[in-house]
Amino acid sequence: MASEDEGSRRIQPNAGPSDSTMHNSKARPYQGRWEPVAGLAVATAALIWLGGWALVDRSVLDTGVARLLTVIGAEPAAQSIVENGLPPGAAKPVLVLIAILIALGGTAVFFVASDRLLDFVGGRLARYARPWVFLLPSLGLLGLFLVYPIIRTVLLSLTERPADSGILANFVSVFTAPDTLVVFRNTAIWLVLVPLGALTVGLGFAVLVDRIRREAFAKTFIFIPVAISMVGAAVIFRFVYVWRPSGQPQIGAANAVLDSAGFEPVAFFQTPILNTVVLIGILVWIETGFAMVVFSAALKAVSEELIGAARIDGASEWGTFRHVVIPSIRGPIITVGTSIVIVALKIFDIVFVTTGGNFDSDVIANRMITELVKFRNPGRAAALAVVLMIATVPVMVINARNFKQERNL
Amino acid sequence: MTTPSSPKNPVGTSWATQSVIRIAVVVIAAVWTFPTVGVLISSLRPADDVATSGWWTAFLHPFEATWTLTNYREVLTSEGMFNAFVNSLIVAVPSTVVPIAIATMAAYALAQMRFSGQSVILVATVGLLIVPLQMALVPLLTLFNLTGLTGTYAAVWLVHAAFGLPLAIYLFYTFMADLPRDIFESAVVDGASHRDAYVRLVLPLIRPAIVAFAIFQFLWTWNDLLVALVFLGTGSDVAVLTARLNDLVGTRGQDWHLLTAGAFVTMALPLVVFLVFQRHFVRGLLSGSVKG
Repeated sequence: MASEDEGSRRIQPNAGPSDSTMHNSKARPYQGRWEPVAGLAVATAALIWLGGWALVDRSVLDTGVARLLTVIGAEPAAQSIVENGLPPGAAKPVLVLIAILIALGGTAVFFVASDRLLDFVGGRLARYARPWVFLLPSLGLLGLFLVYPIIRTVLLSLTERPADSGILANFVSVFTAPDTLVVFRNTAIWLVLVPLGALTVGLGFAVLVDRIRREAFAKTFIFIPVAISMVGAAVIFRFVYVWRPSGQPQIGAANAVLDSAGFEPVAFFQTPILNTVVLIGILVWIETGFAMVVFSAALKAVSEELIGAARIDGASEWGTFRHVVIPSIRGPIITVGTSIVIVALKIFDIVFVTTGGNFDSDVIANRMITELVKFRNPGRAAALAVVLMIATVPVMVINARNFKQERNL
Repeated sequence: MTTPSSPKNPVGTSWATQSVIRIAVVVIAAVWTFPTVGVLISSLRPADDVATSGWWTAFLHPFEATWTLTNYREVLTSEGMFNAFVNSLIVAVPSTVVPIAIATMAAYALAQMRFSGQSVILVATVGLLIVPLQMALVPLLTLFNLTGLTGTYAAVWLVHAAFGLPLAIYLFYTFMADLPRDIFESAVVDGASHRDAYVRLVLPLIRPAIVAFAIFQFLWTWNDLLVALVFLGTGSDVAVLTARLNDLVGTRGQDWHLLTAGAFVTMALPLVVFLVFQRHFVRGLLSGSVKG
């Protein structure tokens, strides 16, 4: 909560109604003086220099602390640090603190210093430049770590290819090799079944729970998986589907049920197509809570009068739901549906931790990592990423257009 | 959660229908909960019991079953999960704090100032919301290898902060743009500069949005495997919980007493955060799109 701290720290001296705060601000003691800013800038520069050094090379931190201890007079402690280094439990939090201080201090100093500078310059230039002072840190980070890599990946997918092949060689190979075609088929199945499952169960549960008491309590059970990591969920469901040879005690719930019904145990993760369905079930388990919470809120906003009118007209329960309730929550259904489609498109962890993409269960995002890390083929990896990206473009455009309309841009 | 107007007992709903609804709700809730319960119970049973009988035997006969915390002791110490827990905190906290600090500034300029290029930046931010992380992996890996940052926390902080920014800017922008206009007008009359307005007026007012984003981003970075795996690796010094748990699946794949305990160690903090802040979390979900 750094920015909150920053906010309250500066506000405390004259806390009160906002207008009096604004009024008092004119009488700030440091208004227009450059010494505190310069001092802060120097301190931050020193911190960034030393801290950055310590972040890259851990021994700098050790010697620094040892020197400090020698100055205080704690020679033996300093000696032990020189010999063994800081205990990892102490060194790591210090590093984190340094990192946060560098980031926040650097940003604050940059912000205040350039804002003051613009006050000093004044006029039109200041008016034009001021917004960019606010924007620069974000734009820098976005540019360097998002926009630049995206452009670079597109280029890589085209250039990083065997010497005597066409410019689209990576895409051709990705779209013709049988082992990657399976990957695309599986991702397509994910894209259909995950939203279908999560929306159906989420909406169904939201409707049911709307009619009973202790609604919030019941909803928590469905909502909890939203907080669980996909790795955690994958382990949870590996345990549900544990396979033991027939005759041995089944410790996985799924095969125990089959066993007690007299069926042979099934190796769920090793059976093609079945494994994809089972893995999809894991993501449905996670995403249903999200859909349910949004739908539940949307249902509360459906006009009572409309429902009442439909009932008076003799509409059945189902008819009312189909023709009155569903159309009224069309917006949320589309929003939730598209965000779940995007999650399904990028699915990686669940496949990586359960089957590793073996037994015909691979998906695009996991295959991309395999190409990159195992096959050392950045060109094909980049091509797969570009395919993912292109698949998201329609949603991106729709989102952007809706946003523009909503905000009158 | 419940509004008084919601039809708890609509006309025409018989006692029988109500019972059917209640049974359906309980069944769905049970199906959704039993996988987690099974893992929790198994993590508290001795290794031999877990390997030879299903968790439901202990669930059905809790007083005849043996319970133990040995599994947790073992994963936390000899399997390195305690170390990984610290590493996860180290990754998640700065990755949450940094984007908040700089995104509030950007959102302020976008919501409260007028300049050319404004709508382009806004629309681009909304577009970037759903860019697949995969698009950045290869070039960033090259960049970090070149600068020696691969395998350091700094690499993961930078990637998480950058990928959290679009959502942060978007959430903060919508919140700021919807603040009542006259607050700012009276502030300007009083001679407040943009910096004053940002620090003293806007930051305190958008606190709900900041809290919502902080919860999202913390859960996202804590639960992430991809970024941690690619940029931090699985070395025991730096590996985070998700990477460690994934490793455990590979090395101790049949030792379910350890895997279940490990899974619970991974889930513990997110579950606490989630249950404590559930209201803020829901408000955040409802107030805008979510990151995928």
